[in-house]
Amino acid sequence: MSDAAESTSPVAAPRLDVSALLQLLCIGGLGVAVLAVILWVLAQWNEGGAGEAVDLATGTVTLTLAQEPPQMDSTRGTDQVSFRILGHVMEGLLRYDENDGLVGAMAERWRIDDQSATFWLRPNARWSNGEPVTAHDFVFAWRKVVEPANASQYAFILYGIRNAEAVNNGEMPVEALAVRASDDRTLEVEFARPVPYFDKLTAFATYNPINQAFYESTDGRYGADADELLYNGPFVISRWVHGASLRLEKNPAYWDADRIQLNAIDHAYITTDANAVLNLFKDDKVALAALNAENLEDALQQRWEINRFSTGSVYFLELNHRPERLTSNYHLRKALQAVNDPAELVYKIIKLPGNLPGNSLFPVWLKGVHGHFRQEHPAPAHTPDEAQGRRYLARALDELGLEELPPLVMLTGDSPSANKQSEYYQNVFKQKLGIDVKIDRQIFKQRLEKMTAGDFDLVAAGWGPDYDDPMTFADLFASWNENNRGRYSNPALDAQVDIARSSSDARTRMGAMAEVQQMLYDDAVILVQYESGSVYVAHPRVQGLVRRVVGTDPDYTNAWIAPLGAG
Amino acid sequence: MLRYTVKRLIQGVVTVWFIATATFFAMHAVPGDPLTSDKAVSPEIRANLEARYGLDRPLVEQYWIYLTNMASGDFGISFTQQNREVNDIIAEHFKVSATLGILAIVFAAFGGILWGAVTALYRNRAPDIVIVFLVILGISVPSFVFAAFGQLSVVKLNDWLGFTLVPVAGWGTVQHMIVPSLVLGLGTMAFLTRLMRSSMLEIVNADFVRTARAKGLPATRIFRKHQLRNAILPVITVLGPSIAAITTGGFVVELVFAIPGLGRYFVQAVQQLDYTVIMGTTVLYGAFLVFMVIAVDIVYGLVDPRVRLD
Repeated sequence: MSDAAESTSPVAAPRLDVSALLQLLCIGGLGVAVLAVILWVLAQWNEGGAGEAVDLATGTVTLTLAQEPPQMDSTRGTDQVSFRILGHVMEGLLRYDENDGLVGAMAERWRIDDQSATFWLRPNARWSNGEPVTAHDFVFAWRKVVEPANASQYAFILYGIRNAEAVNNGEMPVEALAVRASDDRTLEVEFARPVPYFDKLTAFATYNPINQAFYESTDGRYGADADELLYNGPFVISRWVHGASLRLEKNPAYWDADRIQLNAIDHAYITTDANAVLNLFKDDKVALAALNAENLEDALQQRWEINRFSTGSVYFLELNHRPERLTSNYHLRKALQAVNDPAELVYKIIKLPGNLPGNSLFPVWLKGVHGHFRQEHPAPAHTPDEAQGRRYLARALDELGLEELPPLVMLTGDSPSANKQSEYYQNVFKQKLGIDVKIDRQIFKQRLEKMTAGDFDLVAAGWGPDYDDPMTFADLFASWNENNRGRYSNPALDAQVDIARSSSDARTRMGAMAEVQQMLYDDAVILVQYESGSVYVAHPRVQGLVRRVVGTDPDYTNAWIAPLGAG
Repeated sequence: MLRYTVKRLIQGVVTVWFIATATFFAMHAVPGDPLTSDKAVSPEIRANLEARYGLDRPLVEQYWIYLTNMASGDFGISFTQQNREVNDIIAEHFKVSATLGILAIVFAAFGGILWGAVTALYRNRAPDIVIVFLVILGISVPSFVFAAFGQLSVVKLNDWLGFTLVPVAGWGTVQHMIVPSLVLGLGTMAFLTRLMRSSMLEIVNADFVRTARAKGLPATRIFRKHQLRNAILPVITVLGPSIAAITTGGFVVELVFAIPGLGRYFVQAVQQLDYTVIMGTTVLYGAFLVFMVIAVDIVYGLVDPRVRLD
């Protein structure tokens, strides 16, 4: 875009006369006028915006969502956002209370033994249209979950029920599922094997009831919109503008409505941008903002109270155990394990408060027989030892018949934190063992594809719990588990998993899982990195907010707004 | 004129078909698929899912099904927003993107023409130098910086005022639209200013302007009829693609200001390999761009009588 005229013409531009400038101003004025007209027209069909972060008079809390809930049909939902909203508008047989204890929700009493379970429903449990919640609603929903055509990804979570797996595989009709409503208020379940943690499973959203008549009236659109859901929980979705906002209001038909103090929860903004959320928080427009490593500093400078909590997930480097891979060599794995220093990673590299250095696949918050699992069965002691690592490496090279180890491939995600962590490990393995690591950085789907295909030596992976029992971690490296992407296979470990999932004696089960914990370390199946935590800032007047590892998080069903000055 | 228009429209349809086909096969060539997720599922559950979405069929058959559905205007159901039809997603969110885009382009076009003319008239004097400097800034600074800066400025402004004059983010009222559309239009405005400036400078000393001046026409008339009208042509040429680019390229602005526009869905669909949404948005954006270019060619003929459409 060279100014050709400038170079070819020696004649100066004509002097600007006043009327030309006036005309320009007219153009500018016209532009403003057109904009004003457009804005005025737009204003005619747009609805009002959101309120302040907290509003005591109306009992409203305003929040953000990372995305809009992708699947509000509880039989098919899999993601955190959907489960978070479902946790506010629906209730299963049992629920977690503010102290993470299991309490009756739709069920007022229940009985679980090795072969079966019975749940007695509340007489005052009602749907938002006034109809009672019956045992038939559970039978209908659970059959939907395992019905092959419904294609629920979480169908496996019902496999403890007799015939569930066969029905889901299309080998039996859905009526064969061993769940029965002996009357409107009594639900009977038969197990395929003892499921000692079945009470915890029933708090999981996939176990929620669905009103059959309503489901069928939506003509395949159940859960697609606010009016295409029937609610039995503390709140109802009163307004849902896709991609923009989602407003919850107190459900007057909820059986325990007296417990609920908030009148409305307005998710007025939907964005994944953490800085935008923090800006909204600064402007007093939202009551909670999650922090990341980048904007933590900003929050600290504002002198806000920083809250932290455990998200429950464990992150680790998974090793590839397929025989054609170098990492199938035991001594090479032990060498890598010997120089793994989770404390250094957490405190010097990640540097975000809330994360804990990881010592075990079983995180510290898991419950054991009486207290915490990890107190009853401590993780194997691990001290990084460079010299020991070198000795292991020498043996590995010997066994492999190699002079020098070819570069190992580390598969990782494409986020800034994944970059930081993979480069840290690349450096550690090079410095301490002289092993070259090639980082294979892939976007989400491609990484999953390569993980499944086994196209890696090490891969950055993680696992989050589905229910509050160590079992949700224990079977991860069983030879049959599809999530065992390194294809680790050890009959001794499989045997312990079998004991843990079918024994009804808590002590035996926890003992078996402690064995699994030990084997994972002894055989260097994975290199544990950290237990993840999260940090956030919350409005000081929002009280009673519950953050938790398993179940609805964040949970506002017990929250209330403190009056000014009392916060 | 009519024959020309029809011819161009047919060309446009062929182009869109080509875009759709290329996207379809490129998308399926990417490793992974919409059904893979963090937690692996058993082969049986996986088979149920594939059957539900028709991914168990041969690729050519999927292409054929997709093409016939597309011809009847049905893009299918999203994989990630599992209960929503792609048509609904496009209808609801394109409206928002288009609103934002039109505001931005109005702002950019008027601003560009105005500032471009001012710089040309004040060539090499203070206003010219200041505006050209700002233009270079506007072209070279990426939109996410402007977006973050814009939002931060709003926070500071509200904090200083003690009440919310302009909302920080969100969508729904006119106030919500002002800052994002300014931010979104800034780059284009800078580009149009530069274009307008050089185009004006080429014309300032053109023979017909000198003739007009020699005839003794008033300066205002020369400016309006001879200079502005000629100089504006290149701006109109790029306006078509710019409208398409702005309406479709608002991803960053939509994310920062929490605006429910289509750009967000487009980018997330690619990341999540949400086949149906990728196809729907790509075909829509492709068609939009193609027909904007055609529309500009036709408008060109109206603005400039020298251009004959045949």
